[in-house]
Parts: sequence; C-alpha cells; structure tokens
Amino acid sequence: MRINRAYSWALALLAPCLILLFWLGMPPIARPATPEEIGLKIAIESRARDDGFGNFTAKQAMVLRNKQGQESRRQLRVKVLEVAGDGDKSLMVFDEPRDVKGTALLTHAHKQEADDQWLYLPALKRVKRISSSNKSGSFMGSEFSYEDLSPPEVEKFTYRYLRDEPCGDLTCTVSERFPVDKKASGYSRQVVWQDKDELRTWKVEYYDRKDAHLKTLTIGKYRQYLDKYWRAGEMNMVNHLTGKSTVLSWADYQFRTKLKKRDFSKTGLKRAR
Amino acid sequence: MVPAVIHLDRYIDAILRRRWPVVVLATLAMLVMTAGARFIGVTNDYRSLFSEDDPQLAALEALEDTYSVSHTALIAVAPREGLVFTRETLGAIEELTEAAWRTPYSTRVDSLTNYSHSEAFGDDLVVAPLVDDAQSKSDEELARIEQVALSAPQIAGRLVAHDGRVAGMAINVVLPEDSDPAVVELTDYLNTLLDQARASHPDIDYYLTGDAVIHRVFADATKDDMENLSPIVFLLIVVMAAALLRSAYATLAVIVTLMFTINTTVGFAGWLGTVFSPVNAGVPIIVMTVAVADSIHIVTAALAGVSRGLNRNEAITESLRSNTWPVFLTSVTTAIAFLSLNASDSPPFHVLGNLVAFGVMCALVYSMTLLPALLSILPLRAPRAHADRPGFFDHFAAFVIARRTFLLWFVTLAAVVLVMGILRIELTDNWTEYFDDRYAFRRDTDFVIENLTGMESLEYSLNAGREGGITGPGYLREVDAFAEWFRGQPEVTHVQAFPDIMKRLNKNMHGDDPAFYRLPADPELAAQYLLLYEFSLPFGRDLNDRIDIAKSATRMTVVMRSLSAQQQRELDTRGLAWLRANAPGLATPATGVSIVFSHLSQRNIQSMLRSTIIAMGLISFILIWFLKSLRLGLVSLVPNFIPAAMSFGLWGYLVGQVGLAGSVMTAIAFGLIVDDTTHFLSKYQKSRREGLLAPEAVRSTFRTVGQALWTTTVVLAAGFLVYSASGFEVSWALGLMVTITIVFAIAADFLLLPPLLMAIDRRKS
Repeated sequence: MRINRAYSWALALLAPCLILLFWLGMPPIARPATPEEIGLKIAIESRARDDGFGNFTAKQAMVLRNKQGQESRRQLRVKVLEVAGDGDKSLMVFDEPRDVKGTALLTHAHKQEADDQWLYLPALKRVKRISSSNKSGSFMGSEFSYEDLSPPEVEKFTYRYLRDEPCGDLTCTVSERFPVDKKASGYSRQVVWQDKDELRTWKVEYYDRKDAHLKTLTIGKYRQYLDKYWRAGEMNMVNHLTGKSTVLSWADYQFRTKLKKRDFSKTGLKRAR
Repeated sequence: MVPAVIHLDRYIDAILRRRWPVVVLATLAMLVMTAGARFIGVTNDYRSLFSEDDPQLAALEALEDTYSVSHTALIAVAPREGLVFTRETLGAIEELTEAAWRTPYSTRVDSLTNYSHSEAFGDDLVVAPLVDDAQSKSDEELARIEQVALSAPQIAGRLVAHDGRVAGMAINVVLPEDSDPAVVELTDYLNTLLDQARASHPDIDYYLTGDAVIHRVFADATKDDMENLSPIVFLLIVVMAAALLRSAYATLAVIVTLMFTINTTVGFAGWLGTVFSPVNAGVPIIVMTVAVADSIHIVTAALAGVSRGLNRNEAITESLRSNTWPVFLTSVTTAIAFLSLNASDSPPFHVLGNLVAFGVMCALVYSMTLLPALLSILPLRAPRAHADRPGFFDHFAAFVIARRTFLLWFVTLAAVVLVMGILRIELTDNWTEYFDDRYAFRRDTDFVIENLTGMESLEYSLNAGREGGITGPGYLREVDAFAEWFRGQPEVTHVQAFPDIMKRLNKNMHGDDPAFYRLPADPELAAQYLLLYEFSLPFGRDLNDRIDIAKSATRMTVVMRSLSAQQQRELDTRGLAWLRANAPGLATPATGVSIVFSHLSQRNIQSMLRSTIIAMGLISFILIWFLKSLRLGLVSLVPNFIPAAMSFGLWGYLVGQVGLAGSVMTAIAFGLIVDDTTHFLSKYQKSRREGLLAPEAVRSTFRTVGQALWTTTVVLAAGFLVYSASGFEVSWALGLMVTITIVFAIAADFLLLPPLLMAIDRRKS
C-alpha cells in the first residue's frame, strides 16, 4: 500500500502525458488501478473533452442572498481563450453594480504556478496587478471565489475516486480533489459529482481548512455547444455556515468568436468593453 | 368552618389508620416522578436569557445575519517580558492564527499577524499579511512591523495593545441551531490549543474570552450551582432541623418529606424536558428551603403535643388541625408569588417560578400525607431540652410589649432611612461581569480589558440608502465624522469603521503618499479601489463582515471601556443624537451583545412590575379573606411590603448596582415572607377571639409560633445565603437580596407588627 501511494504521488507530479502513456502502455492484466489513479484519470478525461473549444463568450448574472433575505445583483461578461499547453486566459468585464461598470479582470491561468491577474480601473484609466496568489477570497461579495469559477487545472490537485452513485437519471462518479498548494486554496478538499456519460460536473462540496463542509455548489441547465462542449446554465452556491447563497446564471454562450490573443493582454484589457 | 373541621378530622383519621399504604403509595408516586430526572438538560446558550420578541436581540440578530457574524472568541497573547514584536512572540501568534482557522464553526480569524496590510509597490497595490514567517524576519523588518501595527487604526487598540505588550486574535464563529454541543466542541478545541501553546512557549501567557466562551461558562456555572450548592443546602437543612427540633426521628420525618419533594420536583422538571441555565439552577435550593417550612410547622406542633403528654396520634391530629389551614394558605400564596415570574421577559425565570410553585404544592401534599404517616410510624418522643425556647420567647414578648411605642417609632424610622437607599440603585447587566473570578473566563476577561481592548461594544449598521452607496463621498464623510466623534468620547477605546479602509487605499493608490490618507472624492474611483482591494484578499479575510452584500451599508464597531449598562445606554443615546443632528440619513440606534444586555434588567423590571403588584394584591386579598378581617389584612401589608423595600435600600447603600435579580427579587421574597405574617396574624387573631387583650394575645402568639417562625426563617435565610455563594452574578445577588429581605421580614414580624397590632387594637378598645 505504501509503495502504491508513493507511486501514485509521483504519478500525480509527473506530466499528464506521461501518465497517459503509462496507462495506455499498461497491459490489462496489470494490478487494478488505485482510487488515486482513477480520480486522476477522470480529471484528465473531463479536461480533455473540453479541448479545442478555441474561445467563447458568455454573460453572467449573479444574485446574492444573505440570511436576512436581502438580495443584490452582479452582472458581467466573460471571454475565455483556450491556450495550448497552459491554463486558459479569461477576461471578465463588469456591467453591474454601476459604479464598477467597465472594470475588467484579466486572468492568465497556469497549470502549476500561481495565476496572474490584472484589474483595469476605468475611473483611473489604469491597469493594476493583483498581488494575492490566493484566489479563494469572496468574488465581489458573493459565495463564489475566483477559484470556484475558473475551470480547475488538472495539475493543481491530487485526486481520489470514491464511488459511483445515481444522480438524477444519470450515474455519477464521486471523487475528491485536494489542492497541491495548500496556501493558494481556501479548501482542504472538494468532493465532485460527475456523470459517467459526459463527465459534466453536477455537484461540488467544498470542505474548509478544518475539514468542515463549508459550501455546496449545484450545477444545472447544461447545454451542448458545437455538438461537443457542455456548458452549465445555472450554478447555485450555498454557504452552510453563514446561510448565504449565490445563484449564478449563464447566458448567450458564443463559441469561436473573433477574439484574439492580444485581447487577453494588459493592453487589450484597457480596450475591453 | 364546622363541617370543614369534621372533614379534616375524618381525613386525618384515615391517613393515620392507613399509614403504611400511604407511605407505600407516596413512595411509588415519588419513584415514578423521579424517573424523569434523566431527561433534564443544561443549556449553555446565554441568549436563553432573552425572550424571542426582545427588540434588542432581534436587532442584533439582523446585524449578525447581514454581516455573517455572530459570536467571537478572543485570544490575548502576552509575553511575560517586553513587546510582542519579537520573532518568538510573532511566531507564536502566527502558529496560533493558523491553528485558530481550524476552530470548529469559525468563519474568520483576525489577528495581528494575518492583518491584511496594503501598500503601494511601484504602481501596484500589494496586499499581504502583516507578518508572514516571523522567524525569518530581520530586526529592521520587525521594527517596520511594529511601526505599521501600532499606527493602523484597524488593529491598534484592538488586536495589538497601544503599548505593544499584548496582541490578540478574534475568531468569529457562527453557531448552528443546536448550539449546545457546538459550544462545547469549540471551547474544548480552543482550550486544548492554548494549553499546547503554553507548553511550547512557556514565556508567553495566553488568555481566552469573548461571548462564544461565556456560553461555556454558563453551562459550567449551572452545573456548579446544582452539584455543589444544592448538597450544602441539604446538609445545612438536616443540621438545622436536627438542632432546632432536637429529635432524631422528627428530623428524619422532615428530611424524608423534603427528599420526596425534591425528587418529585426535579423528576417533574425532567418529564417536562426542562433545560436548566444558571438563572434557574437554583430551583432545587429554593424548593428545599421553601418546602421544609410546612413540615417544620407540623412537626414542631406535634412535638409540642407529645411533650404536653398527648399520645403520638393525638399530637399529630392536633398539629394538623391547627396547621392545615395556615400551611395550605402559605403554600398557595408562595406558589402565586412564584407563578408571577411567568410575566418576566426572561424565559429561564418562567421555569424557576413554575418549578418552585410545583415544588411548594408538592411539599404541601407530602406534608399532609407522607409526613403524618411517618410521624405516626416513628417512635416519636418529646425532646428533652425543649423548654428553654418558649422561655426565650416569653422574655422577648415581654420586651416587645414593654417597649412597643419606642419600637414602633424606631423601626419605622429605620425603615424610612433604609428605603431612601433605593434612590442609589443603578440597574446594570454586563455580560463581562456575570461570573466572578473563580471562573478563568472572568480573570481572562479582566486581563484583556485592562491590557488589550474593551470587551463591550456598540455595533452600528450604517445604511447609505442605496445599492453601492457606501463608496459615495457624502456617505463616507458622514460615517468618518461619526467614527471621529466616537473617538473623541472618553468612554471609547477603539472604533473600527469602513472609511479607514478607503483612506488607506487612497493613500496606497497614490504611492503611499501620507497626504492622500483621506477619503477618495470620486465615488466610482472609490468603488473600483474597493473592488481591487477585495480581489486581493485571501480566503476568510474578505470584507463581508463589514459590508453588506448590496454594498449599501457598512458595519461600525465602537469598543467601550467597562461601563455600567446605564452608561452604555447613555452613550448609545448620545450617538443617536449626534447622528440625528449631523447625519440624519444614517440615524439608527446601536446594537450588539452589550446593548442587548444593557436593556435586560429594565425590560424585566417593566415586565415583572405589574405581575408582582398583581401577585401582591391577590395574596393580600387571600389574607383578608382568610382572616375575615379587612383591618388585619391591611395591617399585614406593612410587614409584607416593607422588607423588600428596606432590602433594596440597603442594597443601594452597600452595593448600588443591581441587575436581573432585582426584577424578580420582590416577587420571590414576598411569597416567602408572607408566610410568617400569616402564621403570626392567624395565631394572634385566634388569641383575640379567645378574649385576650392585645398585649396578652401578642404574648401568646410569640409563645406558640415564635419558635416555628424563627426556625423557618433561619432555614430560609441559610438556604438563600448558600445560594448567594454562586459564581453567577444573578444567583449571587438574588440569594443575598432574598436573605436580607427574609431577615428584615422576621424583624418586621417580631418588632414592628406586634406594636402595630397593639396600637391599633388599643385605639379600638
């Protein structure tokens, strides 16, 4: 068991292609896969199914609710560019609240090292770099953090497959993922439900540093674009500790638009509208 | 009355003839009730003190729901020597901060080391914890940390003492619906954490306080009172009953009856699913002291009969004949007084009142069934040296009769002087002072208040009136001016206000130029600075505890020095007046735990005032009806009312401050002291009807009931005196005030009532 674990840890740290090769090269009569290997395989596979989308744009509307029943809205547009061999680049332009209208957040996600982020402040007409490497802070006061919103990079976690169980009409695999860089994440682990057919994520449970169940994200209203890429229409995050919740609705998905790489640069950020 | 007497005789006869079945039946009843005791719960929720419709509590809960804050645990870290800005101490705080994140139910941790310090770095805003890896810091870096910490208004005076000797961390916890096990879990965690910290850093002292911790003390104090004080009272009653009755078998009968009463009452509480808190942890003590009076009256009279040569059953019959009515009456009046506690705004007092009322009625039932049966079974003998007491009361009666005019004036004068002390009474309830320093919580709290920061605060949710309004220059200016006004108040030690963050950001965005430490004028720029800052904050360090989700309101915290509740309410009133005059759009009263407590006694006194008066009126009417004499009934008011007033007056002179206890003291004490007056007046009236003149009637009354009244008073006073040994302020004050009142009551019954009766009856004849 110890050997297996060390083995799988090493696996997790190696490049995914190597692991894939390993897998493909393994004769079927070899020892059964460990839960860690199965978890990793699912993560790699679901990421792979999103390969080749190129770019897309969408609109997001958030409704924040606190325990008092008070509500507040956020409205933004997102643009995402697929980057070969590295994390995606994304641009978020805020439309609401009105006093931050035109503010834009540029993120260069990376597979291993910390993401780079810049914010354009229209009132100052300047771009400011965001210093924190921790992306688990509250996103615009909502129950989402940036970490929860961005597609998870395979390399930033280690995995463990738990079980299969029915979810609605589908069958889901349930697996855990653990952040590799503990300081960069607000969570000790996440438990993820993905259907076996399309590997769409339907539910994520977030466990905080004391391993208490902090939040639950449920995802729904999936639609398929370009006959391949599944995108969610609604995400509902509930904080069990504070009783607050945020509903995030996606709309107007458009794939393979005319976005260029330079739109996702610091200079492009200033032009973002 | 004649048919009633025949009924009574028939009843007594039946009990005495079937004494064994009576004992067996009573035992069965008691056992069935006692089985419920295992369902008794103890709560540690200090908020159980407040009623559900308490407006201050509702305001506090609204604030908590808006800002996702509820309870706080505060840890103070104090190196034995020097300042906290050393590698060792900062390292210790860093470790502790990291571990504090794992506190069960915690939502955020604010400490000296994880304070999100922002500064300009070239053109960028850098937000980082003030201390990251303390061990690696150079002396210059430590000096810079010290300079930043002591000049940051967010933390200086809150998370680090202005003199730099003590630092702290605040752990915000949100407790689940079922908070009792959660509180145990989290306080256990924190105590273990601090024990480990003490072991690895022996040169550093650690202190733990906060309203998350007081919950735990609440439960501990309840258990302490029930487990330590109740047995003492029980033993005391055994010893005193033995000393006063001077008969082992008589004492045994009294004690067995008492045990039956206590078991039945506590078991009944269990069957009802009662949850105890420190406020009503005294139920067993009060039931014991109050319930023993019935049996003492009956046993004393029975012993007197035996010593006059009657046989056992004759003596018991005679005792019941003369005592049934007074005992029934005093039980009913006591029960009425305790039931009046149901009007209290504080729910635990309902439990206290109802259970004691039940216990009193229970004592009545056992005294009329089990007790005579036991007395009839036990080989009761006349006590040997029973003769000296009547002798004492003969002398005493002679003194009172001879000096009646002097006593009338002297006692009246003394009463007036004492009652004047009421004016000195101040109503106060401070949660930081609810427990005395036998509890580590109180010692730690006192240390924190003296060395780090105040523990009492006013919380404001200041509403800008529109979404996103909090970055508007007008709003920021007004909130800032309000915060500055509070900083100028002598009672205030620290103010945490949102505009300070905006000033700091404005400075950061201008290359840390101190000239720009001022509010940004452009609302959009301010909102965008804020957004940038929020994106830079890591997990659990966000501003959601300071800003509502719509960015339409911010929370301001004003930390006060130790103030009485009245001073806190006054500061709140002044704050509201300032807002009305200078920022009417923001005008709102303060909330917070301190404010909720500061209104507690007042609300309770208001809610109890009417019910106390109703209970007193009802009891007085019962007395008038029982005595069939309006005149005697009115006379009875004097020794019934005056003792409570005298006791409040004495309290005003000696202590000055009274809290929750003051609201129920009158009702409780009234229910007890009215018994003595009833016994005294009924015997006096009987003597007068037998044709004695007033002085002779007084003499005869003293001879027959002096002993029993004295005995029950001593037991009551001793019981409540032990109750006052509680470490919980409300129980302590209640115990002591009731003790004082009982002493005043016996003085009024012995020194004031007889001269009054003689004066009135002389005029009449």
